[in-house]
Amino acid sequence: MSTTTTVPNPTDLEGKLNLYRSQLALRLFEQRAYDLFLENLVKGTSHLSLGQEAIAAGFAAAMRPTDWTFATYRGHAHTLARGVPMTPVLAELLGRSNGLMAGKGGSMHLTSVEHGVMGSYAIIGAHLPIACGAAWSAQYRGTDQVAVCFFGDGSVNIGAFHEALNFAAIWKLPVVFVCENNLWMEYTRTSEVTAVANPAADRASAYGLESIIVDGNDADAVYEIAAAAIARAREGGGPSLIEATTYRHGGHSRADPGKYRPDAEVAEWLAKDPIPRYRARLLEKGATEEQLREIEELVAADVDLATEEAKAGGVPGEDLLMKDVWADGGSSWRN
Amino acid sequence: MAQLTFREAIARGIAQEMRRDESIVFLGEDIGAAGGVFKGTVGLLEEFGGVRVRDTPISEQAILGAAMGAAMTGLKPIAEIMFADFFAVCWDIVVNEIAKSRYMTNGQMTFPLVIRSGNGGGLRFGAQHSQSVENWAMMVPGLKVVVPSNALDVIGLMAAAIRDPDPVIFLEAKVLYSSKMDVPDGEIVDTLGSAKVLRQGSDATLVALGAMVPKAIAAADELAEMGIDCTVVDVRSLVPLDTTTLLREISATGRLFTVEENPRLCGWGGELASIVSEEIFYDLDGPIVRITTPHIPLPAADALEDMAIPSIERIVTTVSKSMNS
Ligand SMILES: Cc1ncc(C[n+]2csc(CCOP(=O)(O)OP(=O)(O)O)c2C)c(N)n1
Repeated sequence: MSTTTTVPNPTDLEGKLNLYRSQLALRLFEQRAYDLFLENLVKGTSHLSLGQEAIAAGFAAAMRPTDWTFATYRGHAHTLARGVPMTPVLAELLGRSNGLMAGKGGSMHLTSVEHGVMGSYAIIGAHLPIACGAAWSAQYRGTDQVAVCFFGDGSVNIGAFHEALNFAAIWKLPVVFVCENNLWMEYTRTSEVTAVANPAADRASAYGLESIIVDGNDADAVYEIAAAAIARAREGGGPSLIEATTYRHGGHSRADPGKYRPDAEVAEWLAKDPIPRYRARLLEKGATEEQLREIEELVAADVDLATEEAKAGGVPGEDLLMKDVWADGGSSWRN
Repeated sequence: MAQLTFREAIARGIAQEMRRDESIVFLGEDIGAAGGVFKGTVGLLEEFGGVRVRDTPISEQAILGAAMGAAMTGLKPIAEIMFADFFAVCWDIVVNEIAKSRYMTNGQMTFPLVIRSGNGGGLRFGAQHSQSVENWAMMVPGLKVVVPSNALDVIGLMAAAIRDPDPVIFLEAKVLYSSKMDVPDGEIVDTLGSAKVLRQGSDATLVALGAMVPKAIAAADELAEMGIDCTVVDVRSLVPLDTTTLLREISATGRLFTVEENPRLCGWGGELASIVSEEIFYDLDGPIVRITTPHIPLPAADALEDMAIPSIERIVTTVSKSMNS
């Protein structure tokens, strides 16, 4: 089994090295996922987080194992960042029986309750109210769990976003909403169809929340903001809405080369790639080239191993088809 | 034994369960301080307090999303959607999220929740506050659908729905809220997926649901006077469907008449007719006849609404005509 990507707090060099490892694991995993599409081994669709890794890694580092992640269809990175091993995630993409959900969910619905990954949701905005419900449950039961809910910039114009924000605010729920602002919806620039300049942050005041924007390509900055918002939620201070600016390096989904984006814009953001940037920072902070290479080799080996293990997985059997519609494990609707 | 209205039975059923299990919480619009717009939840806030019985904003997606998130993390929420027509604004949460997530996650999650809602016509509210949506719910894999027709069943089926580990859509016929019956004291717990034979006859079987049940019984009384002896079965639960009882009672008379409040197309009776034709076709002595609301939005005027929803008179004439032809 390949190793997991969860990281301890990145406040010292060792923690930061771990955060580098985590981001790199997400990067290499997504690149491998893309290669496997090209080989036609990944069927259906898939949405990569290439370029957005610092957000997933930074938040995961600030979360406790008992906290909950709610992700979108662009959820590979968020799932891995919580410590879910690479093999079952990749196998799920390949539709294999050793997949995270044995092939029943696919790329857009990655879930690992055991790791606090409470689902990846493919209907825009739907999971924001669901995250509120988990947070409500933590509040009601008096646990200090926090729900963290990630979504895109295009998701701020759907009703569920507004219902959830108001709901979380009035009930002071321990939930952190994170808008990953990568500037684009699918093929349309969010700013062209949004009444405000900062899609999430400019809406915060409507719900009595602070307007927060963070550089989503800087894992340390993300970690810091995440830790503060999560601590606040944990202490009963209620929800936060964070807008993390970033950019997806590729197209929206597997089928999209992303050609509608101006070359200059792509070049500008590639120059702000969170991973080389973090690497350079680590060298400045005293990490050695050798240390970093070792991490890079280990992560690359993990991805290779996961690829092998995922490919070796079987085809899901017919026994799975009619299983688990109901809690009794079955699907029968009549006697 | 006490006489109880259908609306009082709702509060009693919920209270019975909330006393037993602290993980049951209840949320919806105007359910707490106001006791529900149909007064079905009077007294719950007073007994259980504002932490367990929570008024919400007018945010149906938030209400059901919250119920789902709470259910997946250990609570047993009951959510109210005031009028069943309003399911249309939160149907994504019901169909795509609640109903599919257990299957999609390969059984990692369970959703022990109940969504109760005022369903159907008869109150002259017009098309957007009167639709019978049981057929919407029935067609979604992953939802259980329960429709009680009297106060006793409300309590027992509510308890069964709350105790069930799966999502249950609990539809309350608004027109029945003021109906009364004697209900025994003490705990009442029923079983999901069990139809009830309310009247045994030898000539024809009338299968009805919700508000159509009392009408089918009244029609059967009139038909008896005309020499047509009818069995009446209350379906009670569309999913799971008690096909054992239904097929047995239909076979016994050889004739099936469904009495449905939902608009015609894809009503539950269509599915029942298909099961009957596949499985007991040779036990039938005549055509299956569906008595439904026509395929129209419901009009508001009392005269028009009464023409649309199956009436005792329409049931009697339809059955007698078909039996005598
Ligand atoms: C309700 C709904 N409408 C439309 C879609 C189709 N769709 C999928 S992703 C997407 C763009 C979303 O953009 P954004 O929220 O910015 O997230 P990103 O993909 O950039 O992470 C659209 C329109 C959907 N899945 N759900």
